[in-house]
Order: sequence, then C-alpha cells, then structure tokens
Amino acid sequence: MNGDLIFRAITTVFAFSILIILAIMLAEMTKESLPSIRKFGWRFVTNSEWDAVQGVFGALPYLYGSVVSSVLALLLATPLSIGAAVFITEICPKRVGALIAPLVELLAAIPSVIYGLWGVLVMAPWLQSTVQPFLIDHFGFLPFFQGAPYGVSMLAAVFILMIMVVPIITSITREVLLAVPLSQKEAAIALGATRWEMIMMAVLPYGRSGILGAAILGLGRAVGETMAVTMVIGNAPNISLSLLSPAYTMPSVIANEFAEATSKLHGSALMEVGLILLVVTLIINALARLLIWSVSKDAGGGAA
Amino acid sequence: MIKSIRKSILALAALAALATAANASAETLINGAGATFPYPLYSKWFAEYAKIDKSVKFNYQSIGSGGGIKQITAQTVDFGASDKFLSDEELKAAPGKLLHLPTVMGAVVVTYNIPGVAKGLKLSAETLSQIYGGKIVSWNDLKIVRDNAGLKLPSKPIIVVHRSDGSGTTSIFTDYLSSVSPEWAKKVGKGASVKWPVGLGGKGNEGVAGQIKTTPFTIGYVELAYAFENKLPYAYLKNSAGTFIEPSIASTSAAAAGAAKSMPADYRVSLVNQPGKNAYPIVGFTWLLVYQAQKDKVKGKKLVEFLNWELKQGQKMAAKLLYAPLPANVAKMVEKTVKSIR
Repeated sequence: MNGDLIFRAITTVFAFSILIILAIMLAEMTKESLPSIRKFGWRFVTNSEWDAVQGVFGALPYLYGSVVSSVLALLLATPLSIGAAVFITEICPKRVGALIAPLVELLAAIPSVIYGLWGVLVMAPWLQSTVQPFLIDHFGFLPFFQGAPYGVSMLAAVFILMIMVVPIITSITREVLLAVPLSQKEAAIALGATRWEMIMMAVLPYGRSGILGAAILGLGRAVGETMAVTMVIGNAPNISLSLLSPAYTMPSVIANEFAEATSKLHGSALMEVGLILLVVTLIINALARLLIWSVSKDAGGGAA
Repeated sequence: MIKSIRKSILALAALAALATAANASAETLINGAGATFPYPLYSKWFAEYAKIDKSVKFNYQSIGSGGGIKQITAQTVDFGASDKFLSDEELKAAPGKLLHLPTVMGAVVVTYNIPGVAKGLKLSAETLSQIYGGKIVSWNDLKIVRDNAGLKLPSKPIIVVHRSDGSGTTSIFTDYLSSVSPEWAKKVGKGASVKWPVGLGGKGNEGVAGQIKTTPFTIGYVELAYAFENKLPYAYLKNSAGTFIEPSIASTSAAAAGAAKSMPADYRVSLVNQPGKNAYPIVGFTWLLVYQAQKDKVKGKKLVEFLNWELKQGQKMAAKLLYAPLPANVAKMVEKTVKSIR
C-alpha cells in the first residue's frame, strides 16, 4: 500500500474526528435538553424566573450575566493587553522584553480556582472597602454604580475575567506585532514619524486582524470561565444595570446546581443552559472568523 | 541499551499491576457514594473498621446527596448516603425496597458577622424567616432588638448569604423555614435548590463562611461541625418550646429523642422544630441507603456486619468529630431494621 495514501487517510480521520466529537456533543446535549425545550420553548431565554421547587425555569439572568461580564472584561482587557504587547515588542530593550513576556504568559497558567480564591478572600473585600464606596460617592448618580457595596458583584467578576484574559490577548498580540516586517517600520521612520507615530501608523494597522482574533479568543475564554467567576459574582440571578449588584453566569449556574439537580426537568433545564452556552461560544468564534476575514481583505497583510 | 531498559521497566510495571490486582481481589470491596456532610465521620468509621475486619474495604465518594440517590437507584454502588430522604416517586423508581438507615444527626447553624457582637445573637423563627424573606432589612429592626436586649445592634442593612449550590444543608434549612412560616412555604418552599427572595450565593459551606468572614453585617447558614471547626459565631434560635437554645451536640441529639416516639418505620422524617425544651430546631438525620434484598450475598453480609458495628462502636466516635450520635431508643430501632437486610 502506498505510504502516502495511509498518511492521508489517517490525517483525514483525525481532522474529521474533531468535527464528529463536536457534532456528538451537540446532539447529546440537545437530546438531554428536549424535555425543557418542549416545555418552555422560547420563553426559556426571555423569562427571568428560575425556580427549582416550582419547576419554572427561565435563563435570561444567566445570559445577561455571561454576556455583560465577558464583554466588559474584554473592553477593559484589550487596551491593557495591546499596550503591554506594544511595550514588550517596541519600547523596552529586547532582553527585558524576553523576560516580561513569559511572566505575562505565566498568568494564564494559574488555575482558575486560585483566581477565585484570591478574588473572594482578597479582591472582593478590597473592592467592598475602597473601590465600591468611591464609585458610589462620586458616580452614584449613574445607574451603573447604584446599590450597596457587597464586594462580590458583577464588578468583581469583570475584574477577575479581565486579569484572566489579559495574558491570552497579550501573548497573541505580541506574536502578531513581532511578525510586522522591519521594512514597514523603517519606511515610517524614514518618512519622519516619531516612535509613537510609527507604532500607530505602521505596526498596529498591520496587525489589526491578528489583534482582533486575539481579542475574540479572549472573549471565548471569558464566556466559559466557571470557577473564578462563581466565587466572586455573588450568584444571585439579578438583571440590573448596576455593576455593584451581584449577578449569575451560565457556567456558574451549571456548576452550582447540576450535581444536586432534583428533578428531571431541572437537569434538562441546566442542559439547555449548557447548550445555549455552547451555541453562544460557537457563534462568537464564527463571528471572529468572519471579522478577521473581512479585515484581512482590506489590510492586505498580517496573520489571518 | 535504552530499548532494553524501557522493556524491563514495562515488564516490571505490568508485573506490579498484576500483583496489586490479584491482591485487591482477595478482599471484598464495597462502594458507596453520597452526602458530603457525613464524609469526615464515614471516613473515620471505614478506617477504624478496616483495622477490625481486614477482609473488607469500603470506598466512599462524597459526590453529594443527589448523586448518592441517583447512584443507588441505578445500582452502580452498594450503598448510598443522603441528607434528604427519598420521595415516594423516587422510592418507586428504585428496583427493590430501599431502606433508609439513619446514622447520625446534623444541625444547621445560623452564623453572622456583626462588628461589635461577638456572640449571643438571639433569633426567633419568625425573625429568621423574615430576614431570609427580605422583609426585615436592617440589623436594628425592632423585631431583632426585642429579642436581644443586651446587644448593641447597628443600623446597617442585613446582607443575606445562602448556598448557591444544591445541598442537603439547604434542604434542612428551608424545611425549617417552611415549617415555621406558612408564607415561606407558599412562596419559596423547601428543597436542595430554591428560589431565594434575597441574598448572595456562596458555593459550599466554605463559600458561605468565607463570604461571612470577609463581609461585615452578613448572616448565613452552615453545618454545625463546620461552624465549630472554624470558630464561627452562631445564633441562638428559639425552639418550639419557646426557649432560645444554643446549637450543640447535646441539643441536636435532644431533637431526635423527642421525635423517637412518633418515628415512622422507614425513618423518613424531618427533625426540624421538634418538641422538647432542649431541642435545637434545625436538625436532620443523615441516612445510609441500602437495599433490603442484597444481590451480592457476600457483600451484603459484610455490609450488615459493618452496620451493626457502626450502631454500637461507631456512634461513640461521632461526638468527637462534632456529629450528634443517635439517641439510644432510635439506635435500637435501627438495629432491628438492619436485621431485616438479607
């Protein structure tokens, strides 16, 4: 038999097996969620009431919690990460950069439970005693900072997610920026640009699609993050504009309630939340791909 | 050279695996799964029992009461353990008569963090249910002040903490609130996971305790053993006789002694709010779930021997680990039930 043919067959099997595993996951989760889907239909994502005793399940608070915490964490993390990556690649001496980069990536290696423990024992009390009263006193007229300072809140979750997402975005952005050809930078400097202008004009636009991809990957991690968020978000299914109010995310409710799910409907409702989470993650990644594709069309360069 | 070293290591590993496997099959292995609450006590029991009877080995996984019920119903384990008893439908779903054997009792303690109040907070049943119902929102509410004449209660909002994960502790606590407050029974009900009107959710006893320790003006509920081990302040609750009783091993046992007179044959009874001057009101049994007709006779015999040992010797070890042993009259009833296991 032709060795090449065998090689091709094996790698094809490997490639498709990933897709098959994904398809099986989707199929199994849909099957388990059917009782809940049949009973609630679309009301599941529009209803806010989650009552295991009465058998009424509505997942809107969890959807809201997941989306808001992840998007806000991303908005805060992206400028931080781009700044860090630019510093590592362009501004600091090469040796120092080579030292800082692995340290940032070390942040990604810390288990999420450790973040959760640190969050609930250190960060949440600190937020409660310093940051939150400050926000209430000075910005309390805004609907985003109203309510009592509990410490554990949407704000704590956003901060923790931001810390967890920064290393991913930073390391990918750093690689993207390193891939910018020297000729681009030299051309900008030759035209009289200052270092700052060179970075803004030649480096960042070149790596735009890669940076976007990095940000979306960060978003994907933030949406799925379970333990760290569960420990600091307060686990109260509220929908509120205020960042100081406790909230609840989709992975948190599954982690909290699945082991002791009392009735079949309860288990099925949690499975449906899991299914929604899976679909949301797939949509986010698909959107990311589309964005990168459309951006890379115009930029004419950079990692796609 | 490397190849031959690798080969010999592989051969040694295979031999070791075979040897341990052969060794393991010589003794009977009995698997159980269920509640996390009695896990420290059961571990001690299994370790002590292994010294007495070397031919049997117990393996217990504390996956939670719900998990224990599921596994024993599916017969993937030899015995289950649960802090809540099975409902009639769940019993019907089990392939065979499933016995509930109470082993020890646990209490749920109300803990709090009020700067300036180190201990001695007294709460009546009505006050507690209204705090958790969101009706009483401030620590210096008249209803709380009325019961606590000597304490200086601040005019701060009460931050309520409950369990976010489903648990037997929540079952017992909400069972108590339902039995003392018809409004709570109607609006919220009882169960391992309920729709809490107010409050933050902490994951596990540790989550609730951590939240209370780090946040002032909080109130929450944890297991008695947990509160004592971590030196958390606890509240004195008013029992059905009208006394403000301190949670302790003695007051927990007193609750079951009071219930022994009306104990149903299958022991599926709630021990909250029991009569008796010294009975602590938030108490529950924890049960071992065992099939009356054992499929594996060898395992069944070993299990019965263990149960008899546990009812006599095991109970003595309970108090040291902060579990309340069964009162003598209840233990005698359980011994009779164990005799019915074939």
